[in-house]
Amino acid sequence: MIQPAQPDLVTVYIDGKEIAVPKGTNVIEAAKMVGTDVPHYCYHEKLSVAGNCRMCLIELGMPMADRATREPIMDPETGKQKINWIPRPQIGCGTTVVPGMHVKTQSKMVKECREGVMEFLLINHPLDCPICDQAGECKLQEQATGYGRGYSRFIEQKNVKPKRTQLGPRVTLDDERCVLCSRCIRFSQEVAKDDVLGFVDRGSYSTLTCYPGKELSNNYSLNTVDICPVGALTSTDFRFKMRVWFLKQTDSIDTESSVGANTVVWSREGEIYRITPRQNDEVNDTWMADSGRVLYKEVQADNRLKPSSELATSVSAAASLLDDGNVAIVGSGRSSVEEQFLTAKLAKKIGAASYVVGRHGEGDGILISADRNPNTRGALVTGLISELPTTELSQLAADIDAGKVTTLLSVGEDLTAAGLSDEQLAKVNLVYVGSHSNATSAAATVIIPTLTVFEKSGTFINQQFRIQKFKSAVPGLKGAADDRVVLASLLEKLGDEAKGSDLASVWAEIAETVPALSGISYANVPKSGLLIDGSAWSGLDFPEGESLHFKPATAEASA
Amino acid sequence: MSAPAERRIIFKHIDEEGYSNDIACYQKHGGYEILKKAVTQKPEDLRDEVKKSGLRGRGGAGFSCGLKWSFVDRKSGKPIYLVVNADESEPGTFKDRYIIHQDPHQLIEGTMISCFANDVKQAYIYIRGEFPEGARILEQAIQEARDAGLVGKNICGTEYSCDIFVHRGAGAYICGEETGLIESLEGKRANPRIKPPYFPAVLGLYQCPTIVNNVETLCHVKHILDMGADEYLKIGTPNNTGTRIFCVSGHVQKPGYYEYACGEVTMGQLLNDVCGGPLPGRTFKAVIPGGSSAKILRFGEKFTIKNKDGTTKEWAVEDIPLDFDSLAAAGTMGGSGGVIVMDDSVNMVEALANINAFYAHESCGQCTPCREGSLWMKKISSRMVKGEAREEDGELIKNVADQIAGRTICAFGEACSWPTQSFVAKFGDEFKSYKDDKNSKSSDSLELV
Repeated sequence: MIQPAQPDLVTVYIDGKEIAVPKGTNVIEAAKMVGTDVPHYCYHEKLSVAGNCRMCLIELGMPMADRATREPIMDPETGKQKINWIPRPQIGCGTTVVPGMHVKTQSKMVKECREGVMEFLLINHPLDCPICDQAGECKLQEQATGYGRGYSRFIEQKNVKPKRTQLGPRVTLDDERCVLCSRCIRFSQEVAKDDVLGFVDRGSYSTLTCYPGKELSNNYSLNTVDICPVGALTSTDFRFKMRVWFLKQTDSIDTESSVGANTVVWSREGEIYRITPRQNDEVNDTWMADSGRVLYKEVQADNRLKPSSELATSVSAAASLLDDGNVAIVGSGRSSVEEQFLTAKLAKKIGAASYVVGRHGEGDGILISADRNPNTRGALVTGLISELPTTELSQLAADIDAGKVTTLLSVGEDLTAAGLSDEQLAKVNLVYVGSHSNATSAAATVIIPTLTVFEKSGTFINQQFRIQKFKSAVPGLKGAADDRVVLASLLEKLGDEAKGSDLASVWAEIAETVPALSGISYANVPKSGLLIDGSAWSGLDFPEGESLHFKPATAEASA
Repeated sequence: MSAPAERRIIFKHIDEEGYSNDIACYQKHGGYEILKKAVTQKPEDLRDEVKKSGLRGRGGAGFSCGLKWSFVDRKSGKPIYLVVNADESEPGTFKDRYIIHQDPHQLIEGTMISCFANDVKQAYIYIRGEFPEGARILEQAIQEARDAGLVGKNICGTEYSCDIFVHRGAGAYICGEETGLIESLEGKRANPRIKPPYFPAVLGLYQCPTIVNNVETLCHVKHILDMGADEYLKIGTPNNTGTRIFCVSGHVQKPGYYEYACGEVTMGQLLNDVCGGPLPGRTFKAVIPGGSSAKILRFGEKFTIKNKDGTTKEWAVEDIPLDFDSLAAAGTMGGSGGVIVMDDSVNMVEALANINAFYAHESCGQCTPCREGSLWMKKISSRMVKGEAREEDGELIKNVADQIAGRTICAFGEACSWPTQSFVAKFGDEFKSYKDDKNSKSSDSLELV
């Protein structure tokens, strides 16, 4: 046997293929590393092992050795050490690798086990795929095709269980479809820390339900829908809306807080149907909050700002107002790095003071942090601000009252929510660049309607100083302009050298002028993001507490 | 050939005139003397003695008690628990309840000795919910022993302290599976745990090292230390030491419980001589030797058994000596000692339908093959009994059983599939012809839930 070079690696043989895997790896993961799929339902890499579905049964063997002398027993035919195969199949999920372990994932016994489990799972399943939302992304469908017999021997009455149970405000349960894998129960206990789900009754009549008087209403409830391998748990919002195979998937980022959970936006013909988490083991694992999944509704919200004039006209009007000398700019922690860079550049160009509105809430310790801006660090890195933003713009209010500021540009921020009064807004020439109407847009002299995060592309820098990409999932509202284009046009109008507003051009400039982002381009930010050096801002007292994969710098230092 | 006399050790005082279940009576008969002696000895010496005695678990699996104790992780720094499995639920088994009802102090003494031998400070008796009277008796007996300084603080005036709590189950067969029992004891659903990693001896009750022993097993411990392992080894046959209690039910003249040295009597002696043979005008058809989950034996079938010297011998059912290894050699098991006898009035499809209904009802529902398979088997056999049998049903039901055994989290997979596998294998003709066999078709009274 070849000894692995690193002590923390274990050499195993999957269907004869040798591979060194980290100590503690289970057989399913080890098989994955050699490109072999071991089918399973209950196992989930981010949850504890339950071992109840029995789909991942494999054959296990260990090299034979003489009991007394520990000498290996060799097979004279092959010249290799004989393998002692365990007669009972073992579960891949619950079996941790040990040196020299041999695994068969394709043997006759394994195939029979899978056929048996598939048949058992289907006998009481309603087989209502034509009306089931999970169809197309259903493990039961996939594995029935891959490992099932293809016909049924069951002629008895199927069990009857509750249909359409509302487990909570966002999750609907069909118990007849449930394969009792307990993933949702383990998720609720282990990740959401909200132990409300359990099984009642026993045997084949076991039924998933909420404990009496409880409901599945925590802000992570929809993750149970994501991890449900079948169509038992469905999103009440998405239910019956669209066949999943029609949907286009676009990588995006959750904008609720500085955690920056990675997401996928599912759309068809310019309309978004759902948002689900995208796995990033450094940020959000495979989870996201429920609150981030409904944000797409802002795309078609009633208060979307619709363009009333040509972009060039409104940009000219805005530029002439901004050319006044007593300008202040309120940028946004919700703007992308690119937009913040251009906002900062604009402020510098016209000598304006720049602000960002702080947004704070309580962190939930999981995937919502105390800083509810997705890109506060972007504002710091691009130089839009040099201190942490505050929720009240009291300095700006004082400057307006003192007549020091007579023109104001707001990038998407409702200034009345940041402590400015209607009277103060009435005193200044107000330019509003944003996607939705509010008290500030109502008071604005010039309004330039722009796009939501789902209609444009860019980057955010999260609490870890990880720069992450989001991409345009659907085309923008007709006539509304990309914020980046608006800001670049304003700069050009105000006498800046034209450098192009496309992402590549803006990034060429960013990489050159922003030290922390040098050498980066939009194209080379990987799918899982890129950590940048945030040490220049380590002295700031960021509001975030501990959350999944994140420890505040102060806690890290004291630890 | 007549049967030898019973050898009552565990059941010595059961049904004895004038024997009561209070501590005074127990002590008058020499009770707690072994415990008093044991606590002056070294725990490891006691363990060695039990290991040497070859005692095998009386709950069903027949696993070596000494070996089980030797697996206990004694270096973890965590407390070690001992749990008495009094969840006697295997259909056809009724031995533990008599110990509990009539001789509870025997169990308590055996338990306390075993606790001392394993450095246990806390023991639990997990008693099935259907034994309310047994639980009451045990509570009272434990209190008596506590008052006498035999349970609780400073046992027999020594430094050693250990208490016993009685925990009542809520009525589920699966609570008798040791890891299911532990889950239930922790207040959860009795879903058996996956092994690895949750071997009770290492990660048992509250994730601490735990010993789970059957009631009768712990009583044997007392007698082993009383007579010494060498004497105990003389009872029974090699590797099948001590006595066994057979709970005979069904179609015999004198059903009941009988205690014999392991292997001392054959099946024929037990049923014909001890239990008085079949009911008048009937003949024996089949017998399940170790609780309803054990594989059935058909009268008339022959077993070719290999001797140690390589020669073979032939056994009829009547010839099988009643010990663990002989029954295993005949393809079944000694199990819990529940001997269920069926005569020629029984239709095997209907008998299996009854057993299948039980196991479908008792599957915990955690893992797929047992959960779905047990109910499917029940649905097939119930449908057959209702008069909708098909010729292929026997083969199908056996194939379903084949898809369960060996693929589940706990031994319930085997428990629910062995009856079906063995019934169809040995009475396949009855399953084939059941469709047309009008005479054997059941009355409506066999409507199974």
